[in-house]
Amino acid sequence: MTSPGASVFDRLERLLPFVSKPIQYIGGEVNSVTKGWDDVEVRWALMYPDAYEVGAPNQGVQILYEVINERPDALAERTYAVWPDLEALMRANGVPQFTVDAHRPVGDFDLLGLSFSTELGYTNMLTALDLAGIPVLASERDSSHPVVVAGGHAAFNPEPIADFIDAAVLGDGEEAVLLITDIVKSWKAAARPGGRAGLLLELAKTGVVYVPSLYDVEYLPDGRIKRVAPTSPDVPWRVRKHTLMDLDQWAYPKAPLVPLAETVHERMSVEIFRGCTRGCRFCQAGMITRPVRERSITGIAQIVENGLEKTGYEEVGLLSLSSADHSEIADVARNLADRYEDSQVSLSLPSTRVDAFNVDLANELSRNGRRSGLTFAPEGGSERMRKVINKQVTEEDLIRTVTTAYAGGWRQVKLYFMCGLPTETDEDVMQIATLAREVIRAGREVTGRKDIRCTVSIGGFVPKPHTPFQWAAQLDHEATDARLRKLKDAIRNDREFGKSIGMRYHDGKPGIVEGVLSRGDRRVGPVILQAWRDGARFDGWSEHFSFDRWMNAAAVALEGQPVDVDWYTTRERQRSEVLPWEHLDSGLDIEWLWEDWQDALAEIPVDDCRWTPCFDCGVCDQLDTEIQIGPTGVVTLPMPELPPIPVLASRES
Amino acid sequence: MPPQPPARDVAPTVQRLRLRYAKRGRLRFSSHRDFQRALERALRRARVPMAYSAGFSPHPKISYANSAATGVASEAEYVELGVSQECDPEAVCRALDEALPPGLDVLEMVVARTPDFAQRLEASLWRVELPGVREEQASAAVAALMAASEVMVERMTKNGLRTFDARGAVIHATCAAGSSGDEPCAILTMVVRNGTPSVRPDDVLSALHSVAELVPPIPPRVTRLAQGPLDAAGAVVLDPLEPDRAAGS
Ligand code: B12
Ligand code: SF4
Repeated sequence: MTSPGASVFDRLERLLPFVSKPIQYIGGEVNSVTKGWDDVEVRWALMYPDAYEVGAPNQGVQILYEVINERPDALAERTYAVWPDLEALMRANGVPQFTVDAHRPVGDFDLLGLSFSTELGYTNMLTALDLAGIPVLASERDSSHPVVVAGGHAAFNPEPIADFIDAAVLGDGEEAVLLITDIVKSWKAAARPGGRAGLLLELAKTGVVYVPSLYDVEYLPDGRIKRVAPTSPDVPWRVRKHTLMDLDQWAYPKAPLVPLAETVHERMSVEIFRGCTRGCRFCQAGMITRPVRERSITGIAQIVENGLEKTGYEEVGLLSLSSADHSEIADVARNLADRYEDSQVSLSLPSTRVDAFNVDLANELSRNGRRSGLTFAPEGGSERMRKVINKQVTEEDLIRTVTTAYAGGWRQVKLYFMCGLPTETDEDVMQIATLAREVIRAGREVTGRKDIRCTVSIGGFVPKPHTPFQWAAQLDHEATDARLRKLKDAIRNDREFGKSIGMRYHDGKPGIVEGVLSRGDRRVGPVILQAWRDGARFDGWSEHFSFDRWMNAAAVALEGQPVDVDWYTTRERQRSEVLPWEHLDSGLDIEWLWEDWQDALAEIPVDDCRWTPCFDCGVCDQLDTEIQIGPTGVVTLPMPELPPIPVLASRES
Repeated sequence: MPPQPPARDVAPTVQRLRLRYAKRGRLRFSSHRDFQRALERALRRARVPMAYSAGFSPHPKISYANSAATGVASEAEYVELGVSQECDPEAVCRALDEALPPGLDVLEMVVARTPDFAQRLEASLWRVELPGVREEQASAAVAALMAASEVMVERMTKNGLRTFDARGAVIHATCAAGSSGDEPCAILTMVVRNGTPSVRPDDVLSALHSVAELVPPIPPRVTRLAQGPLDAAGAVVLDPLEPDRAAGS
């Protein structure tokens, strides 16, 4: 009998010579933390349910890891999805899902927190639960099992995974994990009153989390939801999202993790603000993270400075939704560029805003670097489409912007678009080819060169909960593919410009599965379970994804139900329909969302509430939050006085 | 003006430092590329004033020699650094060890004062733990290997399947009994010449398989104990940093 929290590394080590990239399973990152199991009262395992190379750089998990580990009475360790080669060996040798920090069995922890930025991680969660020896169905768990908590953007509609999770946290996690830790701590200290159910009730009562098992869903004969109601009078009818205010007070990550293994994001990330009020109607991230809360210019500089010192990274990414919208971004960019001008540190701002100012920023940040490519996101091919989605960019804006970019020495421009948007026709998508052609024409003119390039990258649109498009019909995958094929032919057959235009896109099938998982209700749970039993893993990876497996699973699991895949995806919803996530409060007023949906259909745009009066989206009122933006008046940062280099030879020798 | 870091294309090498580091415990699963990234970041954290190559994307001046394969532990890996200001090797050694994750341990550092360091790394002393294998079994296999004049083995390389002799590079090999938990565990110690094609411990294990059907039931644990020139008798691996030390005193 091994004691709880004992390392399984000895047993794992014997399997590692047989798997690809064993380094991803060993942990040992610079700035990682390992605490004594018995030195704390509450223990969290945090999981990003994708491969280590994708999950390790995730900011959300890194922040929560630090926030929890800063408490003397709690610990947090991390776990990631293991690849099928290791999964098979772990099953054959009885090695459980482990954390990478101290290689402890995940099943031994009090809590398992999962971070879902995408729904395509759901099957990886089931693998991890199963490998951990935790029943995949929440209803079959007892007091010996961790409480499974979902967070991240996808947790704003956790209904499809309601069977598998015990609780979900909506919104910012920093304060929420601390509150959960407190509740679990007192519950344990009081000898676990009411057992597992007692704890879940306590968590739900406080409104900190949503506990799906404490809500009943009733359906109408036609398949629509009749109502969702709490099963206990102590539990709130609606659960609210958490909103962290005053980001300068929360300067995380303070000690970012530096993985040994190569990851998809080899740089230090700094959030310069949270939220976005541009109001793009397709964008779930923008809708659910309102209001905008900026970090001050000095706060940003301190995080960058401290992070570089602690990590040794050479690149800093200023990440946010539409990063160029920070009210003092020009000063931020200039100051950071000045400060790091003579060092090897490079700065990046992944902003895709279509305007010349954005190019100026990119120029500033790449002062002494190579100017390879710039990305802009008009998102809609035609002017009409851009009005529908509220991306207020005209063709002239785009041409002016790319002309500035090409003139500034950038040789390659990438344009992001979506296909399958509400009301879209073939013609709207064909306009993408026209735009790309005009871009190349303008670029050739301003540079006098033929070697400039433009790549159009096209994603399939998937309607998401808590957006004005939550009622929209999703385009079926055949129609998506046909439209993209037509566009591809048009670009290929363009004699004059075709060779300068690249096109990147995916077929429409994965979007349909994502659509079911995004806007599904609890009846989708059995579909996920079936697909996973049939072998679904790593659904975000095209080499592992199988559309047919998902469709078969849906046919089996939804048999006898009045709903099917089309019902969840290509069907338009009416205002009167109860949406599966309506009891989950993102702060947005449903009437406002509906009006915005109607405005979309009427091609009426809406402005950004940072610069124009409030449009009553509901968030600030509902949640008692406010927009927190500059200018702060501080425009120049004090240059830090660097201490002398510690390793130099002393003068006299 | 606050002190500025060295400008990017004017950081010529004024001193070269040679260091020995170990790859221990779970860090043995780091690959050479993993170590490279970790070292470059640790150098920045430790604020070692590196010399950089000129150009658009300047690289710090670092040369690596003969690194042990992924999964193999080592007490004797060598790296040379070019720095742009004169440094105290002991201070760099300490600072760098501190900045690297535990398990990647910088053990010693000297100022390079002699040429041809890479050629000095003539041979390696290896220790191979074979859990689940009894000492008699291993000894018999080793005797069979040493008795052969040539044992051809195959290995998958980047350029496809290669076939080469694994016996010739083995200078000597001995076995001892050990234990790992309650299992028997033979311990093989051997001196193998570094060269091309490079004969690695797993090639020697393939050779043992081929001459004596030795199949370890559990993956062996391999450690490079030393790397350096052979002594006059051609049997003992010497310290490759010694000539630099001697030249400095
Ligand atoms: C950097 C980044 C990436 C990087 C790094 C990804 C990574 N591993 O972190 C790369 C380039 C790899 C990437 C890839 C993708 N990304 Co991305 N990415 C971002 C970006 C710019 C920043 C993410 C970030 O660090 N946010 C800050 C952190 C702190 O926020 P957070 O993770 O949400 O965590 C907070 C809360 O959600 C919560 N929380 C999170 N987890 C948990 C768990 C528990 C238990 C609790 C209690 C709370 C909690 O607490 C955290 C702190 O408050 C965002 C845009 C943005 N600014 O948010 C897009 C974004 C997250 N990405 C997005 C998408 C779509 C993708 C891809 C699917 C794209 C694709 N088609 O391939 C892939 C998916 C990758 C994968 N398989 O997971 C979308 C998500 C859409 C949505 N529904 O909201 C975003 C929002 C961009 C957008 N505007 O649409 N991405
Ligand atoms: S600018 Fe539009 S797409 Fe980008 S984050 Fe804001 S709302 Fe979303």
